[in-house]
Amino acid sequence: MSTATDTANEDLQHDHHDDHHAHHAPSGITRWLFTTNHKDIGTLYLWFAFIMFLIGGAMAMVIRAELFQPGLQIVDPNFFNQMTTVHGLIMVFGAVMPAFTGLANWLVPMMIGAPDMALPRMNNWSFWILPFAFLILIGSLFLPGGGPNFGWTFYAPLSTTYSNDSTALFVFSVHIMGISSIMGAINVIVTIFNMRAPGMTWMKMPLFVWTWLITAFLLIAVMPVLAGAVTMVLTDKFFGTSFFDAAGGGDPVLFQHIFWFFGHPEVYIMILPAFGIISHIIPTFSRKKLFGYASMVYATASIALLSFIVWAHHMFTTGMPVGAELFFMFATMLISVPTGVKVFNWVATMWRGSMTFEVPMLFALAFIILFTIGGFSGLMLAITPVDFQYHDTYFVVAHFHYVLVTGAIFSIMAAVYYWLPKWTGKMFDVTLAKWHFWCSLISVNLLFFPMHFVGLAGMPRRIPDYSLQFADFNKWISIGGFAFGLSQLIFLAVLIKASRKQGEPVDDRVWEGAEGLEWEIPSPAPYHTFDTPPVVK
Amino acid sequence: MVIKLVTIVVGMFGFGFALVPLYDVFCEITGINGKTDNTAAVYESVIVDDSRTVTVEFLTRTHTGMPWKFEAQTQRIEVHPGELNTVEFYVRNPASRPIIGQAIPSVSPGTAALYLNKTECFCFNHQPLQAGEEALMPMQFYVDPQLPEDISFFTVQYTLFDVTANATETEKIAMTQR
Ligand code: HEM
Ligand SMILES: [Cu+2]
Repeated sequence: MSTATDTANEDLQHDHHDDHHAHHAPSGITRWLFTTNHKDIGTLYLWFAFIMFLIGGAMAMVIRAELFQPGLQIVDPNFFNQMTTVHGLIMVFGAVMPAFTGLANWLVPMMIGAPDMALPRMNNWSFWILPFAFLILIGSLFLPGGGPNFGWTFYAPLSTTYSNDSTALFVFSVHIMGISSIMGAINVIVTIFNMRAPGMTWMKMPLFVWTWLITAFLLIAVMPVLAGAVTMVLTDKFFGTSFFDAAGGGDPVLFQHIFWFFGHPEVYIMILPAFGIISHIIPTFSRKKLFGYASMVYATASIALLSFIVWAHHMFTTGMPVGAELFFMFATMLISVPTGVKVFNWVATMWRGSMTFEVPMLFALAFIILFTIGGFSGLMLAITPVDFQYHDTYFVVAHFHYVLVTGAIFSIMAAVYYWLPKWTGKMFDVTLAKWHFWCSLISVNLLFFPMHFVGLAGMPRRIPDYSLQFADFNKWISIGGFAFGLSQLIFLAVLIKASRKQGEPVDDRVWEGAEGLEWEIPSPAPYHTFDTPPVVK
Repeated sequence: MVIKLVTIVVGMFGFGFALVPLYDVFCEITGINGKTDNTAAVYESVIVDDSRTVTVEFLTRTHTGMPWKFEAQTQRIEVHPGELNTVEFYVRNPASRPIIGQAIPSVSPGTAALYLNKTECFCFNHQPLQAGEEALMPMQFYVDPQLPEDISFFTVQYTLFDVTANATETEKIAMTQR
């Protein structure tokens, strides 16, 4: 895809830049509170996500400390359950999703040649309600009786009959998170539909933009269903309805259907933008065009559509009839076809490319290999009869951490390292970043790989204690966990240095093989870009 | 555009709730989650199929917090499809306060639920018992002769819930007057 901004345009931009100085005059906290600039909001989202990543990570450290040895040592079981619950909620809704929204804010306008997001004020709102959602959620942990303890999946009746009163706070915080991500998604869709530069046809759109567009549609389709599910939990618990209570004519299994109707598309919400990111980084450092651009677009769309008909693979053990078990088994396996297409396309892109291994590329390569491991364990879980054994064991925990940590989160790290020099105008500390990569890579596998084994051997998930035969593996898992947690402090150091604008200045293109509109504007990206739309050839 | 997207959002929020009746209708038509009909069937010109016998087993349990004793008088019965049978269930309220119970049936394998026709069942209504009171609750049923050939055995499980908190005003008055 070749794009060009002619010099006249660039001059114009600089003029505009000066005109706009009045806009970013407010400094200090008000600049960030009232900002409607997509770059500021992107930065806010990314820092917020990173802070949530550290808080959620601290909770994981509590979990791993308790599981370091068999027996109950450090926390009581109820608090342990609160930790697994809130860890999951924070990582999904507080870390991964806001990080992707932050990247979308920064990158979508720059990639399609738009001056900003289509609905800047709504953009400000959708970010600023998020901290309140998480204040409520985390605050509920300090109330008498504690916070939510029923798992991030909040199955009824655990979240209705057996939960404590802080469930109301949990419900409201999920409502706010939902509203925030719906607003973010609407913004992305409107921006992409209405604000593409002349010549930026659908099939010229960069893949990050494509994958985010499809993700945004998934978001507006399923976040309202989640909002409905938490609302039903709220009314069942406090207002005497019986959506999920058999005594009143409801059905607890219905909860699982509603939740997973949201839940499975949700896992794709957390991975499709990652596919987009990897599809930018691999071609850059292979110095080749992406292999099979069109097939990537169609694969993304078909994954999104299929994700609506596989939800009951989370429910194989609820006593569904054989016909339904088989349907959901085959539908689930069908999804791995377009996913496989993507992996093959990335490999084909690297084939005979002149590859170099800068930090973003290291993360992208680790992503491809480790995400594929997660895909394979997913396929194993999709086989109905074996899932009867694997369900609710550490094997499932291993599966979704491979796809989420070494998948989604590694892709976010790759993206940050890839675009950070464009944002700050300076190269980040490469030595530190390499330490971050290698420490993370080794520790993350020590952390999650043995979980496959303890899972296959029958260790159940979400328990504060376990039988003795799992002790050795759990010790290693915990050591891997602490090491992975500490490695993220290296990332923090890199980011602090970068935000202080330390480092070598970079040129506009930053990476030799980088292609796309965002590499044609100056580094650091000026506060306002593309006030006059570029012409895409 | 924004309005269209907001309409989708509102529509999907509604869809989440629409899943509740949809689920019930779907299960009723296909019978896949073992829910039986909540209204009395009519026993009329049903042909008894003497050539087949089907074993029906009755299980009982009480939900957490429900103190009643609850037992099937007949735990297992062999019936011919089409034949009308009555079984009884014993209940006793050992608590020192009146309690209203509600039994919820569940049939396994689920598909058999479609062919279990109850002409009379205690599970159609709330069942009040005074403190210390005991009762025999009848259930009259026949198995539809259309029952698929491969089912020769099925289980009906009743779970008894304490629904005193959800009692209607008339029920409350009736309980205090007795
Ligand atoms: C090849 C593709 C995949 C297949 C076949 C697959 C299959 C499955 C199955 C069958 C389960 C249920 C296991 C059980 O509870 O017994 C599961 C759980 C899960 N999967 Fe996947 N999966 C795939 C990809 C992904 C991706 C890409 C993500 C997220 C980025 C993901 C996230 C999850 C999560 C979070 C759970 C656990 C949910 C919970 O119970 O807490 N999966 N997967
Ligand atoms: Cu799934």
